[in-house]
Parts: sequence; structure tokens; C-alpha cells
Amino acid sequence: MKRNRMISAVAAGSALLMGLAACGGSSNDADSGSSGGSTTTAAYNAAIGKVFNPSDKKGGTLKLANSGDWDSVDPGDTYYGFSWNFLRNYGRSLLVFKSAPGAEGNSLAPDLAEGLGTPSNDAKTWTYKLRKGIKFEDGTEIKSKDVKYAVARQLDKETLPNGPTYLNDLLDLQGYEGPYKDNDPTMAKFTAVETPDDYTIVFKLSKSFSAFDYIAALPATVPVPAAKDTGTKYKEHPVSSGPYKFEVNEVDKRVVLVRNDQYDPATDPASGRKALPDRIEVELKANAADVDNRLLDGTLDVDIAGTGVQTETQPKILNDPEQKNRADSAPNARLWYSGINSDVAPLDNVHCRKAIMYAADHAGYQRSYGGAEAGGDIATNIMPPQIPGFQKNDQYGFETDKSGNVEKAKQELQQCGKADGFTTNIAYRAERPKEKNTAEALQQAFNKVGIKTELKGFPQGDYSKLYAGKPDYAKANNLGVIIYGWGADWNDGFGFLQQIVDSRTIRPGGGNTNIAVKDPQVDQLLDKALTTTDKTARESLWNDIDKRVMDQAYILPGVWAKGLMYRPERLTNVFVSEAYGMYDYTAMGVQ
Amino acid sequence: MTAPLEVTESAATAPPEAALAGVSRKAIQGRSLGQIAWMRLKRDKVAMAGGVVVVFLVVVAVFAPLIIKWWGYPYDEFHYDLVDDSTGLPLHGWGGMSWDHWFGVEPINGRDLFSRVVYGAQFSLLIAFLATLVSVVIGVVMGVIAGYFGGWVDTAISRLMDIFLAFPLLLFAIALVGVMPNDAFGLSGNSLRVGVIVFIIGFFGWPYIGRIIRGQVLSLREREFIDAARSLGARRPYILFRELLPNLMAPILVYSTLLIPTNILFEAALSFLGVGIQRPVPSWGDMLQDAAKWYQTDTQYMLPSGLAIFITVFAFNLFGDGLRDALDPRAR
Repeated sequence: MKRNRMISAVAAGSALLMGLAACGGSSNDADSGSSGGSTTTAAYNAAIGKVFNPSDKKGGTLKLANSGDWDSVDPGDTYYGFSWNFLRNYGRSLLVFKSAPGAEGNSLAPDLAEGLGTPSNDAKTWTYKLRKGIKFEDGTEIKSKDVKYAVARQLDKETLPNGPTYLNDLLDLQGYEGPYKDNDPTMAKFTAVETPDDYTIVFKLSKSFSAFDYIAALPATVPVPAAKDTGTKYKEHPVSSGPYKFEVNEVDKRVVLVRNDQYDPATDPASGRKALPDRIEVELKANAADVDNRLLDGTLDVDIAGTGVQTETQPKILNDPEQKNRADSAPNARLWYSGINSDVAPLDNVHCRKAIMYAADHAGYQRSYGGAEAGGDIATNIMPPQIPGFQKNDQYGFETDKSGNVEKAKQELQQCGKADGFTTNIAYRAERPKEKNTAEALQQAFNKVGIKTELKGFPQGDYSKLYAGKPDYAKANNLGVIIYGWGADWNDGFGFLQQIVDSRTIRPGGGNTNIAVKDPQVDQLLDKALTTTDKTARESLWNDIDKRVMDQAYILPGVWAKGLMYRPERLTNVFVSEAYGMYDYTAMGVQ
Repeated sequence: MTAPLEVTESAATAPPEAALAGVSRKAIQGRSLGQIAWMRLKRDKVAMAGGVVVVFLVVVAVFAPLIIKWWGYPYDEFHYDLVDDSTGLPLHGWGGMSWDHWFGVEPINGRDLFSRVVYGAQFSLLIAFLATLVSVVIGVVMGVIAGYFGGWVDTAISRLMDIFLAFPLLLFAIALVGVMPNDAFGLSGNSLRVGVIVFIIGFFGWPYIGRIIRGQVLSLREREFIDAARSLGARRPYILFRELLPNLMAPILVYSTLLIPTNILFEAALSFLGVGIQRPVPSWGDMLQDAAKWYQTDTQYMLPSGLAIFITVFAFNLFGDGLRDALDPRAR
């Protein structure tokens, strides 16, 4: 209690300061731009759906740490969620996920572009208009050719291997392999992207793709000046187009960003960037336990990885009311699930698969991942709630029968012709204690209805390449239930579903993320959605796919992931970005 | 043929002068070597304590299913009502220790730790005993052959022992158990794992005992009773099994007892590294490994499995030391 009052006193003090600053006539209202509202009262989940400690006060140093390292800070060569979140500080893509609390954070806002893309009728050609007057850190104006060059260079996955391959798959490349293999500086052969004038860019796709705006929001469209590109070495100093630029970039040690004086907020009206701190420091390869301890004692501001505190830190926060008030259980668009492998008898029978759905222990699944606060909610269907157009569909009653429904499971077994149960195996990644525990919890629950299982742990590095993700291995070894997880590259039905339900992505050689769904009807629905440019119609198709997969019981949803995040006292303007499932790194400031 | 050999046998078992030191003349009457050793062992209180614990552990392991039935819970039964929903920690203090759950409960799933430790004794001891048996059988055979025949046979076997001793056993074990198929040699699942672990620990542990036996045989084969047997025309198998082996029983017994705790630790290490018995079947090493994650928030979780390993190894070592002193007082 005492502490709470102190915090609000401090907040009131800073609000007063802001009021004074407003008299100077430069600053906006403290609460502007946060549609989800705001709060200054320290409380559990106070930074979810609204801004905690709103502030417009500029200055100070934001200190972040990472127990691991980046794949790369080069916008064309990075695939980590935290990296995409952080990158908005030094790079501006055509479109961007809006920096705002709540559902608004999931919407796309024009950044370099003036507005969202204009598709042709068949959704095969997409046109974007660029804003005028946006400059690189060296003062040269950003033009459409810089975006075109950025898109072209990241196509070359031999030079820049880390980024996603969506543009490679979608653009009508006609064999073009990127500027490093093409000596023509005008990129005449790269006809998939056209720049009719300095402020217009046109993308030509090889197939209809109605959700291309999400592709235009990938870091791959952050402009790169061709003259400054040094290929693999560009990551040593990416040229900034955003509010901050690199001052220091020591590999494996630290990254320091300082203000980019060429950034003009007037050219950036829609993204919601606040750019409050004067300096942003990121320490790399820090000890994970140490990062948590420093967060708790307030000498560090944010763990940039954004996956939540370590398991051993969770009880320290949840059992201490004062600490809990500074924590957020941030939802993440990730599903922990188990594929039910219809290649393996008797799971080729839908009733036997349904028996698995009914018998499973959902509370046990949730506990294995850390409980409701740190693990997530019991998932009732496949798409997580953050996906636009999400409809809840608890057709098996997972929420009412948390520990499984023995009666219904036995009925399904009867209909399957296996009244006494059957035997199968459960596969999990051996290095992951959470999956191991899930396997044990499922085994216990299946036992109750007579489904006897054996647990098979596999090394996670080869899990999808050689074992569970390789159809003939999974079949030969009777892997009936395959424990797995999936997070979307961006929050949209396609981004989430395609990789795990499209049967045409299944390669017999292994390396599959779709380990369970082989259904022609699902494939048809996917194709239909990709040619549907109407947003609402498309979103209802994603739901149809979700329902179909649940009806056929190909996937046993486990947990919609959450991460337990901690926000130290001195952070201002904190909120969880729904797009990234972690704190928004372009909005926060320090006291 | 039989008569002269009986003489030599009694000559061989005749107590050497040194063994009688400190024993009163009267007490010697009618006592065999074994009886004397037993007498000495009984006088060694520490060794006897170790021995009692060892016997107790074996009884616990053998009757584990019954003990669990009477005083515990099924080792794989979940008790969600005993752990916190959000943190996964046991609800009651001291790791959930209570009259119902003597050693507390496991975090997250709430499984009874008493039952898991008791049941875990089965696999730990079974693997340790079987592996020791394999080591001893191979070690004795190879040691006797090397020591008795000498020459190039000795050289070959001794080099083989050097190679085995230089083998990176732990790494090999991790690699082998890691790539092991799910079914092989007509076994599957945990029985296959037990088989493979016993084979690895046993097969690579024989040179230790082999060297000791070889040394013993080298000195024994020059002794008069062997010469006598040979000159009386005894055949080689007779000399090996009836003359040499009885004299090797003492070192075999002692080093087996000392090898068992080493093997228990090795099995625990393998389980700790995740290549032991598969869950939900409990094993001490695996429990300790799981407990390590909770050391900050549920420290008591480490105690049952950690103490079980410690006490078992300690008891076997004390007993083995005492046994050596009793059987071979000159080694003191």
C-alpha cells in the first residue's frame, strides 16, 4: 500500500513537470495517442491493454540486456520477434505495426508509405506511395529505389541467411537472385519490384496474395542505400532511417543507439513512435539469472528477449504482492500444441483422434508450461486470440473439463472400434523440460481411458528434420502424439495457420512444421482465403479452417502462450505490444 | 589322482601365520578363514553399520512395490491439489512434507517423493549390481588368463585394459544411449535402456578388477601349492578353478563391493544427463537433475534423491572398506 502511494506521488510529480513543459508549447498532452487508456497505479497486468505510467518526458538512457544475442541487426537478415520490435527504432519499413496498447497494436500503420497498399483486382500487384522528405542518417532523402534495393539484397539467402523467405516465395522473380550475383547496378533484371518514380514502388507477385500488407511491414522493406551496402558486413553499421542510429555495435558485447538528428517526427505521424530516451544501450550475452536479478533490483530496465523471466524467478514475483504489481502476464500469439498423427493406426480413424482430444489433461498441459500466469491460458482452438477475427470455439469443452472427459473419450473409443483403448507413442523434445512434463501429464490422462503410451524424447535440433517432422520416421516409430509449438511471424490467419495446416508444405524428406494436418478441404479453404481481398470475408475463412482442423481432431491445442514480464519502477510509458507479445520498445522511456 | 590333490587343497587353505596375529591360540581351533574374517568384520562397528544399511536398501528395493502400496502412492500419480496452480510449488512448507507425503511432493505435478525415491532404489541398485556382475565376470576371466599364461597373452590383454581405461566412457555412454533405437535385441523401452546401461557400465568397468586379479594371479602362480598341483599332474582347468579361484575370492568380493557405489554414481550421472531411465519411471539421478532447477524456490526437493544417492554410496563404501580389512588385514 505504502509503496503504491509513493509511486503515484512520483507519477503525479512527473505529470506536473510535463504540465510545465506544455506551457513551453512543445509537448502534447500526456495521454494522447493511447486509445486503450492509461494508468499510473502499479498493478498486476497494468501494462496490458493500456499504457502504464504514461509520459512524454524525453531524455535519459534506456538500459536493456539480452542473455543471448541477435541473429543480426541488419534489417534484411533478422528473424527474431524482439529484433523486429526493436528494429523500429533505427529502421522504417513501408508499413509498420502501430506502437499502441491493446488491439490497436496489432494493426498496420503506414510508415515510409503514405497509406496501406493498393492491390490490383487479382491481388497480384501491390502499389505503395512513399512519403516525401524522409532522410537517412547521412541526410540523403529516402527514395523508392532504396526500398527496392533492400528487398533485392535480402533475396540472397546465401549472403543474408537469417531472414524469412516470404518475399522469395511470393515475388515474381523470374530467376533473379539478388544484387550480389548481378553486376548490373540498375537491377534491370529485377522486374518483380518496379519504381515508376522516386516515390512509388510496385510489387508484382507470382500468385494472388491478399495479405501482402503484412509482407510490406517486414523489416525486409527497411531502405538500404546501395552505396553503403557491404553485404554481410552491413550489420556492423546499418544506416538508420528511424529516430535512432548506431553509435556502438560491438559483436557479442553491446549495442548503443543515440538520437538520429536527421529523423523528423513530422514525417512519422502514424506509427506511434515516441522516441523518449536519448540513448538506448543493449548489453549482449548477459547471464540469464543475473538479468532477472538486475531487473528486480531496478538496475536494468528491460530484458530485450521478451520471453518473460526465467522459471526460477517466477515464484519470486508471483508470491510477492509488491513485485507482482510490477509484472505483466503478456499474451503471445503462440500455441503450444500436440499434433495427432493420422498416419499412425488407429489414429487414422477420426473417433480415435477425438478420444485423444477428450482424454487429454488440459490443466496438466497448462501446468507444464508454468501455469495460468507464466505459461498461458488453456487453448480451446488453434488460432490464438490475438489473431484478428479470432472466434473462440470450445467444441470439446476443454475449459469445463480441464482434466479431461473420461466418459466422452470412452464413447469415442467405442465408435472407433477400440473400446479397450490402444497403444501409441508420445514424442517430445528431450531438452525441453516443459514438453517432457507435458508428455508425462498426457500419458497419465490417456491411461485413464485405456490409451497406453510410451514417451519418446528426441534431440530438439533434429526434431523436425529427422524425427517427428519426418513423415516416414514418425509413422514407422508409431509417433501418434507429437508435442510441438508454433508462433506466428505476424498476427494474421495466414501468418499463423499456413505453416501448420497446409498439407502441401509437407516434404517427405523431413523438416516439416506441419506435422499432423493432411486435409484437402483445409488446403482449398487456404487457397480461397489468399484470393479474398475483403478483410472480413478472409477472416471468417481463417475461422473455418480452424473449425475444420478441430472437427477432424488433427491438432490437440494445449496452451495459448503468455510470458511473465517485469517492468522496473523507473520505466515510463510501458505497454505490451500485441503484435510482438512483449513490451513495445519504441514507446518506453525512463524517469 | 584325488588323494594327493586333497592334500594340496588343505595346504592351500591352511591359514597363513600372519592372519593369526592377535588372535588367541585357543580361539583358532576349528575356524576357517571365512569364520575369522567374519569375526573381524563383526568387531568393525562402522563396517557393520554400513552393512546393515546396505541390507536395508536391498530389502527396500526388492519390496518397493509393496512398501509403496502400504505407505505411499503410485509413483506416477499426479496430485494437483498439493501444488500451487500458478507457480507450481508445493502448497505446504518444506517441499510439501506431511504425514501423507513423508519426503514432500514434486513441484508442478505433485507426485509423492517418498514413493519415487523408494521405487528409484530398484533401478539404481539393479543397474549397479548387474553392471558390477558383468565387470567382475569379464575382469576375473581376463585377469586370470593374463596372469596365469603370461607372455604375449598377458601383453595383449594388458594393452587391451590400457585402451579400455583410456576410453572416454561418459561421452561414449551419452552418445550411445542418445542414438539408441526404440527397439533392439528383442527389448524395448526401459528394459532396453537398462540393458544398454548395464552393458556400457559393466563392459567398460572390467579393467579395474582385471588388473587387480592379474596381479594376484602373478604372485599366486609362483606359490608352492600351484607348483605342487602342477607337478602332480593336475590339468589346467583344475588349477585355475580349484586352486587359484578360491584364493581370489577375497579380492573379488572386496572390489565388487567397492565397484557397486561407483556404478550407482555412474548410473545417477547418466540419468542426470538425461540418458538414463525414461520417465515417468523414477531414478535418483533424474530426480536430482529436475530438483536442480528448483534450488532457489523449492530447495527441499533436492534432499530425498540427493540423500538417497549419498547414503547408498557411503554405506557401500564403508562396508567395502571394512570387508577388505577383514579379509586381508595385511592391506591395512
